[in-house]
Amino acid sequence: MHLLAIGTRKGLWLATSEDRKSWSLSGPHHAMTEVYAIAIDARRDRPKLLVGTSSSHFGPTVVTSDDLGATWDEPDHAPIAFPEDASLERVWQLALTPDPEVVYAGTQPSALFRSEDGGRTFSLVEGLWKHPHREQWGAGFGGQAIHTVLPDPDDPQRLTVAMSTGGVYRTFDGGASWEASNTGIKAYFLPDPYPEFGQCVHKVSRHPSRPERLFLQNHHGVYRSDDSGETWTSIADGLPADFGFAMVNHPHKPDVIYNFPLAADGDRFPPEGKCAVYRSPDAGASWEALRNGLPDGFWTAVMRDAMCTDTATPAGVYFGSRSGEVYGSADEGESWQKIAEHLPDVVCVRAAEV
Amino acid sequence: MRVLVLIPGPLRQTTGNQAKLEIDLPESATLGALLDHLATRYPLLDRRLRDERADLRRYVNFYVDGEECRRLSGSDTELTPNTEVQILPSVAGG
Repeated sequence: MHLLAIGTRKGLWLATSEDRKSWSLSGPHHAMTEVYAIAIDARRDRPKLLVGTSSSHFGPTVVTSDDLGATWDEPDHAPIAFPEDASLERVWQLALTPDPEVVYAGTQPSALFRSEDGGRTFSLVEGLWKHPHREQWGAGFGGQAIHTVLPDPDDPQRLTVAMSTGGVYRTFDGGASWEASNTGIKAYFLPDPYPEFGQCVHKVSRHPSRPERLFLQNHHGVYRSDDSGETWTSIADGLPADFGFAMVNHPHKPDVIYNFPLAADGDRFPPEGKCAVYRSPDAGASWEALRNGLPDGFWTAVMRDAMCTDTATPAGVYFGSRSGEVYGSADEGESWQKIAEHLPDVVCVRAAEV
Repeated sequence: MRVLVLIPGPLRQTTGNQAKLEIDLPESATLGALLDHLATRYPLLDRRLRDERADLRRYVNFYVDGEECRRLSGSDTELTPNTEVQILPSVAGG
């Protein structure tokens, strides 16, 4: 069965399908909570859903389900809590690792947490929290948050994180020490457009079979790194615009990536209002528009975690909009169908075979 | 002394569906002390009412005998015998 989890500003919806053509939708789960972070651990005997929710009244938490959302479990203790001088506002990212019990969470305010019990209890990664740059990290419109967490698939000591604004940071020692990793990424809104840190990175992605190659959507600018983030070069040529939020890897083809361009910072719509996913077959050297089944008059946007792929063959690609529509492709983006509409703003989608 | 705590519907799953809690506290206990006491019995309720710094959540109101605690002394508001503390989510969101 195929599972598509849809996080919105007012709850979680779960779509299931046997053939990725006909979908059944359930929800809202956790109604009236923002769902910015979802992970689906399909490696377990019983697939496990991990969901970060945040209620404007009652605060943030992490809930889990091992029966595909029929029931939910939440510990009495706060799964993620700052030890002293801050309070958790939102969970932006839940990242699985090769070890099923080790899960990372990226949060607002900008911090990284690590769980060694499958997401039930997290501990602050002190090395990043105490980084001397932290007091200079800024808040993008969405807040100051670690929104991207990329554990290295081969080396548990290596992680890459990204934030708006602050940029990309890497650790090679399991989180004890971190270095900014933004060489070549432009921050056009700063007096020095190429600072050590302070970039407004929107999303970073990579394929697990090629962990040294990273793809990045910036606040204007689309980049690739072939040296684990040491340096970045533009791959924006061929796209209609270099603004956007999403960046997604194909699950099986390391050089295939997906992007959803928006016209500009000051014009946050698809160019000409034409809904289009762009795919590069060659790691960003060229791009093609994928529009078969997608509408015109699409005066909305796709947020940083609102596009994903599944793990099937051929690969499925999915995205949701701020206007509450969810589209899916069962043929790697060649054609699209609407899976859901009239939902609240979609801020996160995740898909898996379960 | 005994005080009465009224739990709003959305939070009753954290109190075993109890809408009213009668709590015994030392004389002159504060609202904060009441919440500390509740935290030991109903930790999930406490997480909904306060963050990890024990700050009251911004959009949850605590009426102490009809007066919202932020117009009194917040968590330091002193309670008296038979005080009624009504917890109500504020009007917020869209």
